Amino acid sequence: MKRKPLARALCTVMAISVLFTACSTGGTTSSGAASGAASQAAAGGGKKYAIIVKNTGNPYNEKEAQGFQDAVKALGSEAIVKAPDQPTAEAQIAMVEELIAQKVDGIAIAGNDVDALQPVLTKAMGKGIHVISLDSSVNKDSRETHVNQADPIAIGKTLVEAAFDMMGGSGEFAILSATSQAANQNAWIAQMQTTLKDSKYKDMKLVKVAYGDDLRDKSTTETEGLIKSYPNLKCIVSPTTVGIAAASKVIVDKNLTDKIKITGLGLPSEMADYIDKGVCPYMYLWNPIYVGSLGAYTLDSIVNGKITGKEGDTFKAGDLGEKKVTKAGDGGTEVLLGEPFKFDKANIGEWKSVY
Amino acid sequence: METRKIEGTKTFNARSFFFQWEWLLIALFIIINIFNSGISPYYLQLDTFTDAPMSFLDKAFMVMPMAFVLLLGEIDISVGSTVALSSVLMAISYNAGLPMSLAIVLCLLVGTACGLINGLLLAKFKELPSMIVTLATMTIYRGIALIILKDQASGGFPKWFNFLGWGYVGPIPLMMIMFIIFAVAFGILLHKTSFGRQLYGMGNNLKACQYSGIKTSRNKILVYTMLGLMAGVTAVFLTSRMGSTRPNVASGYELEVIAMAVLGGFSTSGGKGNMVGAIIAAFVIGFLRYGLGLINVSSQVILIVVGLLLIGSVLAANFKPGGKKKSAQKGT
Repeated sequence: MKRKPLARALCTVMAISVLFTACSTGGTTSSGAASGAASQAAAGGGKKYAIIVKNTGNPYNEKEAQGFQDAVKALGSEAIVKAPDQPTAEAQIAMVEELIAQKVDGIAIAGNDVDALQPVLTKAMGKGIHVISLDSSVNKDSRETHVNQADPIAIGKTLVEAAFDMMGGSGEFAILSATSQAANQNAWIAQMQTTLKDSKYKDMKLVKVAYGDDLRDKSTTETEGLIKSYPNLKCIVSPTTVGIAAASKVIVDKNLTDKIKITGLGLPSEMADYIDKGVCPYMYLWNPIYVGSLGAYTLDSIVNGKITGKEGDTFKAGDLGEKKVTKAGDGGTEVLLGEPFKFDKANIGEWKSVY
Repeated sequence: METRKIEGTKTFNARSFFFQWEWLLIALFIIINIFNSGISPYYLQLDTFTDAPMSFLDKAFMVMPMAFVLLLGEIDISVGSTVALSSVLMAISYNAGLPMSLAIVLCLLVGTACGLINGLLLAKFKELPSMIVTLATMTIYRGIALIILKDQASGGFPKWFNFLGWGYVGPIPLMMIMFIIFAVAFGILLHKTSFGRQLYGMGNNLKACQYSGIKTSRNKILVYTMLGLMAGVTAVFLTSRMGSTRPNVASGYELEVIAMAVLGGFSTSGGKGNMVGAIIAAFVIGFLRYGLGLINVSSQVILIVVGLLLIGSVLAANFKPGGKKKSAQKGT
């Protein structure tokens, strides 16, 4: 009969492991909830804001969330950060439901799907929760406004010009994107294709748009596939930080640095080495920390009634200065962070430790 | 007249009755609810018990027939892909002009067909393990869905379709009501019909059943077809919840459904399990996930906790007093 105590012991281990999780995480978050509730009465501050990023394991998303958290704390409110382990809409739907149950005041979401989140976000707005999207938009009926890092037209033009320059004006190139439903990447790719119609770029041929899903392993295999299928490939443009880093590594590992160049949107901390090696002569981005904090300030302004998210509203976004709500390409409104910023050999040393 | 004790029947023994796996699951469910309300002030509100299930109810439709499959000692890992394919075909047929109600019927038919194919393949090629066959159909069905929609989304359904996944009948979500109806139906099928008893028999001793004249091939095909049909049902509700669909939905659903069934007491080697257990297990996992999400535990930690729960439950089930011996008599 030595099996009975074993069964009891296993059940106890199970219960303890669940309780252990609660203690290690619930300890910090529940004290946060208590102090948040206590300061509810404070006007302006004392609100609860949540950010849902696209997925975990992505330094860009982490910096965005960090910027959001720091700005929310500076505003005297409580920040909740949620990230699904897979970049799917289903996971984000469940997270929005959990936030609705926690009665948060505002949600900022980087959508994994433009349309699939509409039912759940409409439900949240119906319950008095203010919803904005940031980074990757959701459709205009699912949000009050969108926080966009930079004008998609500018991003599209800049990336095409960069590829043109790196390819010597002609040749085949490919795009390595994130997930196929990501609104931000799709908007930039659409602008790139519009830019390509200009006669200046007539000798450039876009052979394929591959989807790496913002997952390192898939981005790597997609890059290897591109190299194999298109032997005359001269350039890969990757408008996602995971893609550009994965593609650069493949090029370096296969010793193709002289043949294929990489550009796109990359994090300086991840790409510093590749810029120095010349695989990526230059690339663009903006500060994801600022995207997060602009999201926080926008959400706070809406929740406190300073703006409603309609075109023409202006508000102060902390250190980022005065911001204005403008018309967005999808029929809704958006707030722009600024222009894309160029990183090359000259300045990468300075920026790689910042983000 | 002498009375005679019939061999093999169990007399009511209070301790073994309450030590049944299902009672332990109910106890676990209660513990989790106490635990959840302790860690979050938002847990104990009326909405919780109607909203929390929404995150797992769509998969839960597949738990019952998956339990049947496990009972046979088989497995089916293609259900996630079946959901995706049914959903995609429903969406594109609606957008091609088919009336919505017919598109829903098409979704159910596609799911049933996918299940039927699995069943026919396994009945025809008896030497092939179900893991391999359903692994193949998993990739084939998902592949067809990807060929059809590539990387696009398809949606734009009529307003009433939204009601299926989000609507309430009084205080109770429509999905919950449908789930209860199906759960009761499958429960009766398993425990009160001869078909159900045949499944238990097949799981315990397939050869004996074949020699006893039980139509084992027909039963196997029926079970897989039922699972396919319920995958179609899941597809309808999932698509309604999301308002649109794409080829990579429902990925990983098969493993979650199997986890719920295994936690419910259905062994992967077949022959034992109780429908009530599977249903309670679905709620246990679902509410645990919801409660942890409510205090914003990171998704990776939730994965670890659910994994530990599963391992713990499987070990505990196999180490119960006289566990292996009882499996022949279990399954009342």
